[in-house]
Amino acid sequence: MSLLDYFRTSKTSSASLAKERLQILVAYERSSTNQPPYLPQLQQELLIVIQKYVNVNCDAMTIKLEQNDNQETLELNIVLPDFRRV
Amino acid sequence: MARIIVVTSGKGGVGKTTTSAAISMGLAKKGHKTVVIDFDVGLRNLDLIMGCERRVVYDIINVINEEASLNQALIKDKNCNLLSILPASQTRNKDALTQEGVGKILEELSKEFKYIVCDSPAGIEQGAHLAMYFADDAFIVTNPEVSSVRDSDRILGLLSSKSQRAEKNEEPIKEYLILTRYAPERVKSGEMLSLDDVQDILSLDLLGVIPESKSVLTASNSGNPVILDEKSDAGQAYGDIVARYLGETRPHRFIEGKKGLFRKLFGGG
Repeated sequence: MSLLDYFRTSKTSSASLAKERLQILVAYERSSTNQPPYLPQLQQELLIVIQKYVNVNCDAMTIKLEQNDNQETLELNIVLPDFRRV
Repeated sequence: MARIIVVTSGKGGVGKTTTSAAISMGLAKKGHKTVVIDFDVGLRNLDLIMGCERRVVYDIINVINEEASLNQALIKDKNCNLLSILPASQTRNKDALTQEGVGKILEELSKEFKYIVCDSPAGIEQGAHLAMYFADDAFIVTNPEVSSVRDSDRILGLLSSKSQRAEKNEEPIKEYLILTRYAPERVKSGEMLSLDDVQDILSLDLLGVIPESKSVLTASNSGNPVILDEKSDAGQAYGDIVARYLGETRPHRFIEGKKGLFRKLFGGG
């Protein structure tokens, strides 16, 4: 801590905002460029089916395809609404 | 066998051509026979930065179309006789570049040169694709700025999937970071992404940081690669990069800014 630090502003810097935005974006883009082309369509159709029975948001579902040496796993994650509060 | 280096970034205006000119000159000055190729067909500029624009007779498309031999198209650099330049065509369409044609040229150049530096155009179209396709090493030129970092990340994805090494399942292209237009004072005040911020996202081998410098414009004004300006900070930074690439250990001199009198007295930074 030096004398100069006392005069520095403590509000969030624009650089840290930039880094945060980049990290989110890059993580999203990396996962989407490696996925097979049918995945967005599959996600869309699955969501429509689920919404027939449960009232879920469009962003309540994440879909992930992982490839290991000899198998592919499709991971589907749906966040159901909290019934207790409804 | 030559080593093929692609200088790439995705985003335009971050310093690819400046870097290509500087490192090819640096490698040649260190005694290695080097050729630098401009892949930006339709928007060639490497000739201007190298100061040989008035000596361009034939270009890479003429060679691909067999209208000229490779030796007719190569321009010997005025500063260093170990360096040659293969200019891009200014008039033809980018689609004139073919994978087969480029492959043949690189194979022929490999017999004569130790290093082949490919100056990639911006974007991810044919010119950029072919500049990186045959590469052994990739120098990713990035500015500490959101769009540049994002585009660099995109390019890294392409290097690992759309290159010859990737397609043939060979050892992947070695990827290095060159962070350009870095302003340590702005990083300190939180206005600019730091080297660590950029590395948190890209995590590459760091070749070097080029400080924001007036000497880069002065060098391009006169058509001499900035590495020849040994008094300038950018020139020295490129010199360090070439030395590190060739295996020397050099401390990073331009990540921290120079300390002013005020800072020296009161500490901080």
